[in-house]
Order: sequence, then C-alpha cells, then structure tokens
Amino acid sequence: MRGVTLALALILGALAAGPAAASEETIVAGLSQNRIGISANFDGSEIIVYGAVHRDAPAPEGALDVIVTVEGPSGPVTVRRKERRFGLWINTESVKISAAPAFYAIATTAPLSEILSETDNLRHRISIPRAIRAVGIGEETPQFTDALIRIRGRTGAYLLEEGAVDLAGETLFRADFILPANLTEGLFDVRIFLLRAGVVVDSLETQIDVRKEGLERILYRLAYDLPLVYGVLALVLAAFAGWAANAAFRILRS
Amino acid sequence: MQLYLPIAEVSINAFLLLGLGGIVGLLSGIFGVGGGFLITPLLMFIGIPPAVAVATGANQVVASSVSGVLSQMRRKGVDFRMGIVLLGGGIVGAAAGIWVFDVLRRAGQVDLLVQLSYVIFLGLIGALMFQESLRAIRRTKKGEGPRRAHQHLIVHRLPLKMKFRASGLYISVIPPVAVGASVGFLAAVMGVGGGFIMVPAMIYLLGMPTRVVIGTSLFQIIFVSAFSTVMHAYTSQSVDILLALVLIIGGVIGAQIGTTIGARLKAEQLRILLALLVLAVSFKIALDLLLEPSELYSLVPGVLP
Repeated sequence: MRGVTLALALILGALAAGPAAASEETIVAGLSQNRIGISANFDGSEIIVYGAVHRDAPAPEGALDVIVTVEGPSGPVTVRRKERRFGLWINTESVKISAAPAFYAIATTAPLSEILSETDNLRHRISIPRAIRAVGIGEETPQFTDALIRIRGRTGAYLLEEGAVDLAGETLFRADFILPANLTEGLFDVRIFLLRAGVVVDSLETQIDVRKEGLERILYRLAYDLPLVYGVLALVLAAFAGWAANAAFRILRS
Repeated sequence: MQLYLPIAEVSINAFLLLGLGGIVGLLSGIFGVGGGFLITPLLMFIGIPPAVAVATGANQVVASSVSGVLSQMRRKGVDFRMGIVLLGGGIVGAAAGIWVFDVLRRAGQVDLLVQLSYVIFLGLIGALMFQESLRAIRRTKKGEGPRRAHQHLIVHRLPLKMKFRASGLYISVIPPVAVGASVGFLAAVMGVGGGFIMVPAMIYLLGMPTRVVIGTSLFQIIFVSAFSTVMHAYTSQSVDILLALVLIIGGVIGAQIGTTIGARLKAEQLRILLALLVLAVSFKIALDLLLEPSELYSLVPGVLP
C-alpha cells in the first residue's frame, strides 16, 4: 500500500513537471505487480491498478469515467447442452467457441451501460459478452455463449464490478482486483479506458506475466516435455508410497 | 491449507484431499477393490477436471493396491498363479477397451457410455451380491453350514487344466483368462481398475475362496492401473503427481486401517457392505441421468476432435 502511495506521488510529480504540449486528456498508470508466480501454496493474488489523468487544458465538459479490464489467456471451449431423450438427460447439441478468456474482470466508476456507448463497446470489446463474441463465434448461438458467461460467472472467472474504480478529483484513480486461486498460466492483459460522455478518449494497455514457479513449473514441464518419464515417475512414486506405508505400519504394530 | 495443483490448474484444500484419499483407501483395504469407481466421481465433484480425475485416480489406485497386496501376502491371501493368468487376459481386454473408448469418443457419446455402463454393471453386480449375501446370512442363522464351493461347474469340464494351489482349485485356464479379459475391457471403458467386477466374478464364476479373492484382485489391479496411468500420462498429460501424492498419503494410511478392519469382519458382512456401497454409487449415477439437471449446459475446455 505504501508503494502505491509513493508511486502516485511520483506520478503527480511527473505530471506537474511534464511539458505542456498535448491538449487532450491522457492516462498515466501503473500496476502493483507485473509478475505473479504460482507456487504450491498459491491461493490467489491481489493486484492494484493505479494512475492519473494527465491534462494540460482545463477539464472539458461531460462526465469523466474510467474502466479497467483484466483478461486472462484465451483458449477454445466446447459448450454442450443436455436434453431429455428416452427418459435420460444426455448431451445433444454442442457449440465450439474457438477462443474465450479463462479469466475476465471489469471494474468501472459507474454502471457500464451509463458510461459506455455501444459503438465504443463494440470497437474496444469491453463488456463480458463482447469480449467473448469478438473472438470466434457469431450471433446465431446466443444461448451457448450465455451459458458460458453464466457458468464462468458463477465460478468467479468472469467478473463485472461496477463502481469499483475510485476516481478522486477527476484526476487520480485506483482499482483493486482479486485474482482467484484457480489461475491459468499466461499473459494477462490489463486495459485502462478513459471515457468522456460515453466515448473512449484514451486507453492504455499493459500486461501481467502469470507463471508457475518452483516445483509446479518443474512438474508441469516434465509432464509435457517427457510424458513417458513423468508417467513412470508417477508409478514409482505410487509403488514406493504403498510399500513405505506398509513397512511403517508393520513396525508400528510390532 | 490451499494447494495449487500444477496439472489440474486448480487450488484445493490439502486436508480435504487427504481425507478423500483416506476414505477411499479405507474402503479399498476393507473390500479389496481399487477404489477407482469412488475416487474418480469424488474428484470431479470437488472441481478437478474429469480427464485429470480419471488419470490421477488410476495413479492413486496403484499405491493403495501395492500397500494392500503386501498385507495380504503375509496372510497368504494372494494366489499369484491365478493373478498372472487373470492379468494376461486383462491386458488384452484393456487394450481392446481403450480402442473402443477412442472410437466412441470420436462419435461424441463417451459420457453417456461411461454413465450407462456404471449404472448397469454396478447395479447388476450390487443386486446379485446383496441377494447372495442375504441368503448366506440366513443360512448361517438357521445353523446350516455354508455351501461348499466345490461344485462341478462348467469350469471343471474345459481343457487346459491348471492347479491353483493357493485357491485350492484345479480348473481350466480358459475361464480365468476370459474373466480377466472382460474385466480389463470394462475397466478401460469405465476408467477404473475393475476390482468391483473382479471380486464377485472370482467368487461366483471361478468359485475361489473369499480368503484369497481380495489379495489376488488387488495384485491384478496394480498392473491394470499402472498400465492406464502410463497410458494417460503419455497420451493426454492428465496425471497430476502432486494431487496423486496427497491422495496417496491419505490412501495408504486408510488402506492399512481398512485391511485390519476387513480381517475382523465376517465374509458375509463384508460382501453385504460392498454390495450396498456398489448399489449406492450406481443409484447416484442413475439419478444424474434421470433427473433434470439444474444447469443444462456444461463446458469442456479445449476443442474435441
């Protein structure tokens, strides 16, 4: 928290000293961390996105709003629907979604529908349905994408937090995100949008590198690079554990 | 204490996993089943992806079976000759099963196949065992001695006879090979070790004495589940060693306690308990098929072929 305050102070200092050239409003921002390591006892992580609005002229008319999105790596997903056939509930139809983010969180200063125009939502694919539909599938299967959003929303993988961005004095903003324990490895995109009356006037993009570390990394790489060695290792470990437990109990009993 | 699993990519409470392994190990020790038919549904229930649950379950079964076999060996409860004959059939059956599984996976109906075979086989075997053990308990109450296993069944008329001293049998090798093959086939299709089918098949089809059934079944299960662990690790990278290790620690302790309890229970009681357990699992899966699910949609990460 202290680091954040310090960084904010530095940003403000930079703003005050900065050259007065551009007339538009721009974003200056930072993250509390650019790297997240997943170790064996990883149980989620908190990241803080903080920044300031840089402007040379007096603030123009219209409400100022900020939207921050965090998007995890995308991967293909098959969505299946169950139907009753011969009295049994079985999978019938399925739709393949070529890419949907494994994690997607949005924080805003006010309700999304009030601060973001549909055109800019479409262009920057900000809202949850836009972020998914933009990458891959068409509009003909809305129930399947709705189901994807509903299921991932329930597990906390898709998150919309309206009003979670603090904006102070039309200049300083800050958003806190809690990344869940069930993170997948990869580059997470952080996007910050500055809006005036529903229109995106500036945006900034940065990344967080989420990686497995230590034992997690060694096991993961071994499983994919040398699968046969990994399989035999799993067997040897299991057989040894079985023998060791048996031997230990025999000593305990005698 | 949360534990992040590198292959499953989820974070789960380590004590929950220890307890789960312990319960399954306990049952495995008491009944001589590998526990695959319990551990796999339980892992999926707590949020492990199905593919990882099946493969890691197989790995855990290896450990609990090794531990169980060592205890049974000291009690002279393993008929190695019978185990090897069963295993020979089992490997052939498992290879055929893996092939059929793959064909159905391509057709997109493997879920239904797995669920239906669980319901049918667990239900059938559970009901048969339950009925048999009730009859046996009634007989003992009436004061009659147990029926002699030494009847002249069809197994005594086939050629290629072999002596199975530990089981006290002199029968043809064709029935054990056939039993091994069909159990191996079903085990591969259902993603389990196959102990819950093997145990009753040994008692009722081969006429083996209950004393050697558990040890011999566990002996055979070690190799069937070892085979499928390596297959899964090699083809789909779905074995999570860290998850397996925690389950194993819980499981081996449970299995040791289970073997002690199993040795104190009477054979009829043992069978009726196993029958009830098998029926319960079958009933639960049948309900899933018959009742309308609260969420009609399901997600499968990755594009199916």
